[in-house]
Amino acid sequence: MALYSEKVMDHFRNPRNVGVLEDANAVGEVGNAKCGDIMKMYLKIEDDVVQDVKFETFGCGSAIASSSMATELIKGKPLSEVSQLTNKAVTEALDGLPAHKLHCSVLAEEAIQAALQDYETRTGKHVQA
Amino acid sequence: MIYADNAATTKMSEAAIRTMASLMETVWGNPSSLYEHGQNAKEVLESARQEIADIIGASPKEIIFTSGGSESDNQAILSAAMTGKRRGKTHIISTAFEHHAVLHTLKRLEKDGFEVTLLPVHENGIILPEEVAAAIREDTCLVTIMYANNEIGTIQPIPEIGAICREKHVLFHTDAVQAMGHIPVNVQDANVDLLSASAHKFHGPKGVGFLYVRKGVTLTNLIEGGAQENGKRAGTENVPGIAAMATALKEAVDNMPETSRHLIAMRDRLIDGLNQIPHGELNGDATRRLPGNVNFCFEGIEGESLLLLLDDKGIQASSGSACTSGSLDPSHVLLAIGRVHDVAHGSLRLSLSEDITEEEVDTIVRSVGEVVTYLRSFSPIWRDLMDGKKAFIL
Ligand SMILES: Cc1ncc(COP(=O)(O)O)c(C=O)c1O
Repeated sequence: MALYSEKVMDHFRNPRNVGVLEDANAVGEVGNAKCGDIMKMYLKIEDDVVQDVKFETFGCGSAIASSSMATELIKGKPLSEVSQLTNKAVTEALDGLPAHKLHCSVLAEEAIQAALQDYETRTGKHVQA
Repeated sequence: MIYADNAATTKMSEAAIRTMASLMETVWGNPSSLYEHGQNAKEVLESARQEIADIIGASPKEIIFTSGGSESDNQAILSAAMTGKRRGKTHIISTAFEHHAVLHTLKRLEKDGFEVTLLPVHENGIILPEEVAAAIREDTCLVTIMYANNEIGTIQPIPEIGAICREKHVLFHTDAVQAMGHIPVNVQDANVDLLSASAHKFHGPKGVGFLYVRKGVTLTNLIEGGAQENGKRAGTENVPGIAAMATALKEAVDNMPETSRHLIAMRDRLIDGLNQIPHGELNGDATRRLPGNVNFCFEGIEGESLLLLLDDKGIQASSGSACTSGSLDPSHVLLAIGRVHDVAHGSLRLSLSEDITEEEVDTIVRSVGEVVTYLRSFSPIWRDLMDGKKAFIL
């Protein structure tokens, strides 16, 4: 029996949208090294749509997979949808996570929220749910 | 595949498997039965006891067979505590980096009114005998210190600590689970009163171990029932497993001069290779460690993802990161030697067995280097370190 679903392992082994987005206009970082997980999301928002997204993550397999899946779920999506993204949606898209790893998907949700917060601060627009 | 997690468990040796399989077929009687079938089993059991006793310098009556290291640790510590309590002594000395079989038993005793002093293990992961001497009080009933640490492999000055305990008339227990079969262990030279060992750490079967109990030391039962093991551990004995443990231990000890020479060479080659990876550091003393143990911390990465990617490359190892320990904190052993959380999450333990080759060591070095570099390439911590926003610790 494997620790993770095939989906998790796929996103962990081949993370999508990994790296830094030089022209990001919304950046969110959550978690801390003490707990062993840090996630950083770089979003490029134009016309209220997430045109591009990249992430950097320090963390376990499920943290990397959750970040990767979250970027896929928001890429090309309008902010009205992005702001509604829940950790549950990330977990489901990964075909589930072990119970003690659910916090990784929460971190992904929080990283996106933090990026939207940053966008609000930069632009004065209201986008968060 | 390169199996480098021998501190977790080992593959049974062929000789031990043969012993076990043949006894399961031929000598399946109950050693407590008086007819020949039973008495044959009794004979196998007692010759295993004699063999193990001879190896560690004990007499057969001083060996109690158990279900493994955890049970031996529990029984040794609870027994010494009960003896102490009867004499009004309720202080126990141990260390911060014991196995949980010891630490959790001590926690339980604390709830029952015992006072526990956990000695510091220092940056190199080695206890100072003089600190043991200084911690001993009038009401100390037990000192329990592991022979070799299961994560960082550091070997403790057990004979010196034992001599101090003997002089001060305090019972001394050592968890020798990681040491037995890997470095010479003799209960006389080591001055121990109680010693725990487990077969699956030296190529024997799982679920079998023993407890050495010096003559005159009173044991308390964990398991009540029949009169097996001198009335100190009830339950029909696992005769094939016990005999296979004796086979495996004899083999390990007979081959020790050769295997430890080879393992130390491989260990040091591995350490030298991993030392080439920037911002990583060996955990624990470089030489006073088990022949097959290598444990590193790499800054900017997390241990579980390192393990998963090494597994993809055919290398099986372990880590003391929180994600692998099943709690939010990284390994208590790494914290005890002063590693901060950030760094302790990025740990890797490679525990080699005697069949490891130079080529395999080089493969491990190369693979670890590749995976660490890859994980750092998208680690926000690594970026902050490289951008000078955070200071390197290692
Ligand atoms: C130092 C130490 N003590 C005790 C144990 C427990 O041994 P067992 O698995 O046989 O119960 C282990 C093994 O995990 C160990 O490494």
